[in-house]
Parts: sequence; C-alpha cells; structure tokens
Amino acid sequence: MADVLPFTDGELAAIRGDFPILTRTVRDGRPLVYLDSGATSHKPTPVLDAERAFYEQHNAAVHRGAHQLAEEATDDFEAARATIASFIGAPADEVVFTKNATEALNLVAYAFSNAAPTDDPKDERFVLGAGDEILVTEMEHHANLVPWQELARRTGATLRWVPVDADGALDLSGLDELLTERTKVFAFTHVSNVLGTVNPVADLAARAHAVGALVVVDACQSVPHLAVDVATLGADFIAFSGHKMYGPMGVGVLWARGELLEVMPPFLTGGSMIELVTMERSTYAPAPQKFEAGVPNAAQAVGLAAAVRWIEGLGVERIHAHEAALVDLLQRGLAERPWVRVVGPAVGTPRGGAVAFVVDGVHAHDVGQVLDDAGVAVRVGHHCAWPLHRALGATATTRASFAVHNTVAEVETLLAALDRVPVVFGLDTEREAS
Amino acid sequence: MDLYQELILEHSKRPHHAGLRDPFDAEVHHINPTCGDEVTLRVDVTGDGAKAVVTDVSYEAQGCSISVASASVLAEEVIGHRVEEALATFEAMRAMLTSRGQVAGDESVIGDGVAFAGVSKYPARVKCALLGWTAFTDALARAGVDITSTSSTSPQGASS
Repeated sequence: MADVLPFTDGELAAIRGDFPILTRTVRDGRPLVYLDSGATSHKPTPVLDAERAFYEQHNAAVHRGAHQLAEEATDDFEAARATIASFIGAPADEVVFTKNATEALNLVAYAFSNAAPTDDPKDERFVLGAGDEILVTEMEHHANLVPWQELARRTGATLRWVPVDADGALDLSGLDELLTERTKVFAFTHVSNVLGTVNPVADLAARAHAVGALVVVDACQSVPHLAVDVATLGADFIAFSGHKMYGPMGVGVLWARGELLEVMPPFLTGGSMIELVTMERSTYAPAPQKFEAGVPNAAQAVGLAAAVRWIEGLGVERIHAHEAALVDLLQRGLAERPWVRVVGPAVGTPRGGAVAFVVDGVHAHDVGQVLDDAGVAVRVGHHCAWPLHRALGATATTRASFAVHNTVAEVETLLAALDRVPVVFGLDTEREAS
Repeated sequence: MDLYQELILEHSKRPHHAGLRDPFDAEVHHINPTCGDEVTLRVDVTGDGAKAVVTDVSYEAQGCSISVASASVLAEEVIGHRVEEALATFEAMRAMLTSRGQVAGDESVIGDGVAFAGVSKYPARVKCALLGWTAFTDALARAGVDITSTSSTSPQGASS
C-alpha cells in the first residue's frame, strides 16, 4: 500500500516533522493519531513562525497610520491576500478576509438581507422577498444552512432543499422543480464534511445560472484537499476556513466575483470599511475593504498565507493523492468488518478526506471513546450536519478525516483500536450489520 | 480504561424502568446538541412538600451507553423515594461527575451511580451522564415540585 503513496517515507517524515504537536502523547503515553483534521487541522512550524514574525517584527493596525510598522504590516496583510487569491486562481481584490467560513457565509446571506429593505438596492439579484426561494441541500454543514434559514425568516423568502440519496449523493432527480426562476440563491457544499461526497459544482452552477440564481459554495472541505480554481469552478461565491487548511484559527476567506462584491451591501460596518463618514451617513470603500470592518486579523492572514505556501510546496495534487490513498485503505479496512457501516460514496468513488461510519448497536460517542483510549482522535456526533444524519437514519456517526501528515500505520492503528469496540460492548461480530 | 464499568454496560444494554408509562405529572424532552442524544422522561409525584414521593420515572432514551445507563440508574435510585432524597442523589451525582476525578461518590447515597465515577475524568462525557438527571429535575419543576434546593441544573457546553 505504501508503495502507491505519492510521498516517500523520508518526505512523509519531513512533513510530520513540521508539526510539533505530533510528537506529543495522549492518554497515558500513547502516540497521537490525529484523524480529526476535518474539524481543524494542526499547524506546521512555518505557519507558527510567520504569525510570530509578524508580531515580533511588523505588528501594527493595518490600513491605518503612516509610520513604518503600519506600512510593513499593511504590505504583509495585502501580500497574504495576494498569495491566497493566487492559490484559488482569483485576483487579489476578490478575496475578503473574515474570521472563519461561517462568517463568510453569513456575510453573503446578510448581503441579501441588507439589500432587501433599502430604498435604492444596487442590484435586484440581492433583493429577496415573499415568493423568492433559497435552495440548499440536505447534506449541508449547519454553517451553510442556518444562515439561509434565517435569511428566509427575515425576508419572507422560502427555503427549499435538494435531498440526499441512499449513497450519500445529492438526489438531483427533482432539481428542475427545485431550481426555478423563483430561486435567487443556490448554496451547497463542494465536499461533504461527513460523507466525503464531491458535488458536481460546475454542473449545478450552470443550472443555477440558467435560472438567474447566484451560487454559493462551501469550500471548507475542498480547498485544503483538492485543487480549487475559482475561474473554472463555476461558483459566484466560495467560503473556506484557514484553520482547516493548516492555517491559524480566526481567519477565513470569502471569494466572490468582483462585480458582485461591488454591488453587495456590507455586512459588518465600522472603521476601515468606509470611504466618507458624516454624522448623517457614510459611503463605503471598494471591496474587499468594504467587507473588512475593524482592525483586521492581519497576523492570522499572514499565517494563512504561510500555510498556502506550505501546501504549494508539497503540491495540492500530491496531498490529494496521499489522502485519497489513506481514505481508500480505511474504506477497504472498514468493509472487512461487517459490523461497521460506512456512510457516503462506495469504495472507488472519488471523495474528500473524510470517512464517517456507524457501528450498529454502539453509539458513536462510545466508539470514539474506545478509539481515544488508543490515542486515536476522531470526531463523533453529527458533525454540525444534523439534518443529514436524520436522512441517513443515524443519531451520530464516527468520522475519521485526513491530513497530509497521516500515515498507513495510523490507519492500521485506527482499525486495530476499532476492533476493541465489539469486545468492550459485547457485540456479536458474526452477524451482518443492518 | 475505567470509563466502561460492567455496571454501566449492563444498565445500557438492559435499562431498568425503561419505556413511557401512565400516569405522570410532567413529561420533558431533553437533547444533547453535540451528539443528538435524546431522552423523553416522565415523572409521577405523589403528595406535597416534604412528604412528596417520586412514584414513577419512565423514559425513552436514545443515546450512548453512558447516557442510557445513567437514565437507568436514575430511575433505579429515585423511584419510591422522597423528592428530597432524589434531589440529594442528583446533587451527589453531579458533584461526583463534575469533580474531574476528585470525588469518588458515596454508594450509600447514589447506589449504582458510583459506577459513573470514571466519567468525571472525561469532561466531554459528563453531559451524557447528566442528560437524564437534568431532564428529571426539569420534569419535577414542571410537575410543580420546588427544586430550588438544587443549584442550576443545566450543564454548560456548546455544540456545533
């Protein structure tokens, strides 16, 4: 198996050497087997160094002040924007820094909401009201569902959703009825954080654009793992988190087409985002500053740019190939255990870096606890996708999610630890899982 | 690992007093938003004031072994007891569960509840063990019982 991995053992050792946290132990001296990068990734040393260097050498409030540190900090911040924009194939001024992907998605939802009551909306595409529809999917993370529920509530628009089929793919058979000229926005995930399903963004975007809807894509689980190029993706907006792609916590990104950023009303308002302020009213700076009120998270943006350079140094295609090989190995290992049921696409179907499964008869919390006892960190619960779990008929699932530092041996450790679950809970492993 | 005591596994596989029964004075539905565990719990109380007795606790619990076993032990420990005693048991359980391993628990007060002592070393699981108990005190309050002798009953914690 190791033969087909894109990184040599030496390269993988060097990659692991970049993560100080991987040298620590957990639960009475066991090596840490971290399989929860879908929730948040660990941070390699170059990211930590970049953040620290910003504070040690250039720290200042960016876009303010004429002193030298302010100039340097602003240059660092804008260079970070350019690095991240280039990584996704975008011009720098189409990248907006947020605190995370959730804020980025809310920024878009509030652009619609804030446009609705104004006396002079700049663009009818953002004006929502009764009779208009917002389309989402049943596999969304709460971050790409709840903001749209709230937008519907505020505007009187109707929320509709594309169901998920038994294989964990979107059931597109009824899309013509769901996606109509009433649809103003279609929000969906690129890669499911639970199922690993990779959605056909370009096809869905083309169908949405054909009826005049704007397309919002949650790219949290794709940008760290797959090559994402906004020029060919087809979306109008994408949102992703820095902390899930080896970057710091507290920084996320919204990318949107420039012409949309230009006409969207701001979300958070205050300092930095203004053009002219009087006591009566204000006008706003051009994007992206219009969407970055307050002193921005410059150190975190600089750290995220370092993460992007670190990813580019390895090559996102090689990272994807490495993770895909581990996902495949895990899926095959789980398939040999009839008491385990994997949710999501079958072995061999392209998927993201997450594998979620159910041990029938044992709650995911209990499965996760047994794995934790072996030093294996996985996520248990509904992974912020409660409606999806209802559709799957599962209260909760256990999810292993990969990063480039994971190894074949770690997958084997997970499987060995998993074999303790039937022993601890007295399962009859001879029976077939339902 | 000292979490899964045999007693917990037994209670989770064959929960005592499970199922929803009549009569009852109040019914509540509590969830653990981090994992989606749910418990529907009914209480039947006879008498008033200091003489009030928990005549029955019936429940449907869907969740992990810790939360199901905890509901089972709860029913075992409070049915037929005075409300005052039941609340004292709750307080003792909570003190043990939130002690980060510092409080072993007194078997004469919490009975099979001592099996949950190991849970207190796993902060993420404390909510599982308290789910049934917080539902129980909420149900007592809704049944008109004065539970002010206990402090806040809702364990803190956010979900995603």
